[in-house]
Amino acid sequence: MPETPAKLASLLETLGLISDRGERIQLLIDVAERFRDVPPQIARRPFPEEHKVPACESEAYVWGTPRADGTLDFHFAVENPQGISAKAMAVILGDTLSGALLEQVAAVAPDVVYQIFGRELSMGKSMGLMGMVSMVNHLAKRSFTLQST
Amino acid sequence: MPAPGRQPVYKEADVSEIESRGYAHPDVLVSTDWVARHLDDPGVRIIESNEDPLLYSSGHLPGAVEVDWTRDLNDPVRRDYLGREGFEALLRRLGIARETTIVFYGDRNNWWATYACWVFQLFGHDNAKIMDGGRIKWVNEGRPLTRDLPRHPASDYRAAERDDHRIRAFRDEVLRHVETKGHLIDVRSPAEYTGERLHMPDYPNEGALRGGHIPGAANVPWARAVNAEDGTFKTAEELKAIYEGEARLQPDDDVIVYCRIGERSSHTWFVLTHLLGYSKVRNYDGSWTEWGNLVGAPIER
Repeated sequence: MPETPAKLASLLETLGLISDRGERIQLLIDVAERFRDVPPQIARRPFPEEHKVPACESEAYVWGTPRADGTLDFHFAVENPQGISAKAMAVILGDTLSGALLEQVAAVAPDVVYQIFGRELSMGKSMGLMGMVSMVNHLAKRSFTLQST
Repeated sequence: MPAPGRQPVYKEADVSEIESRGYAHPDVLVSTDWVARHLDDPGVRIIESNEDPLLYSSGHLPGAVEVDWTRDLNDPVRRDYLGREGFEALLRRLGIARETTIVFYGDRNNWWATYACWVFQLFGHDNAKIMDGGRIKWVNEGRPLTRDLPRHPASDYRAAERDDHRIRAFRDEVLRHVETKGHLIDVRSPAEYTGERLHMPDYPNEGALRGGHIPGAANVPWARAVNAEDGTFKTAEELKAIYEGEARLQPDDDVIVYCRIGERSSHTWFVLTHLLGYSKVRNYDGSWTEWGNLVGAPIER
């Protein structure tokens, strides 16, 4: 089983030390405020459906662009202006998985969302956030497979 | 919200636009203008209820308290809602008295606000309203938000026992409803209704082992009841065209609504009961996550 990418592991360790729900929420809101849309040189609206996260109520989109070393940079769009959790998730995935080994990215468990947001997520919200992780997993797997053949 | 025949607590000029829409009980809705004028009204408690757990803390209406569906309304162990003592403790903490007018609002076109409203009505707190258009309308109108947490003095609220018979349906009742060809409304998306699998590999399939819908259910996605441009509810005439013209319901019908866990269907319950004045609408909160996992339950695709 590949290791958790180092930056993600470090973030999860930090979040694990925060027992106060309000403090965790504030940290995630601060993270969400750093969200930036996918750069226009990578994608412009209307975004293609194949980049859309299925069942994500916040209408999140994900792109992976290759780096010279074969790893990926991840970019996101979140069309719901109230989709603050999706924006926080996008920043976290972009910051911690861009440039990480593809095998490690592909193996990140979607239920990592519970380590980030806590267990108190509605089913719909958790599925949407897990969908973002699954989409990143999928892009990493596809890139890894292409490089292996 | 006031029961039929009961006087609403407030009735002001600004509700005339809402009244003009022809609803059976127009006093269940208040405009953002109305809410703006009652932010400091001690007889009104504004409650934000969202799907997104970060949203309230990122900024909320001044004086508004939060009711979180997962933490505040659910039993922490069993799949059920909180009991009388839990509800009483919640309302005391929020500083709500029996006579307090509650105004719910939230994200997702008030989907979670109507869910919270439905749970409150299980305990008979019917002095409640919905802010038309929800959080997004307030934000789009440039109205103020704050991160300051309100301090409301605790109340001595005494709750009634939860009544699960009037507006809630359980699986055995739904099965009997199917057998007697009762009216069922599935408010999920068409793809969920038909049982089409989600296309992405490894993606969870709606928390159920089987896809499809309860036999005989008509598919009326919940969001059809709102105007896409501002999240307000459609007029009674437009709603009747959907629920009576297309889904063939009548106000005296015994109707059960459902979705995945009962949240979206509470929105439709609100529309049918309070906006169109249907007398017997029950929300099956077990919904597809129960029915689609139930051994031997009949399913249609």
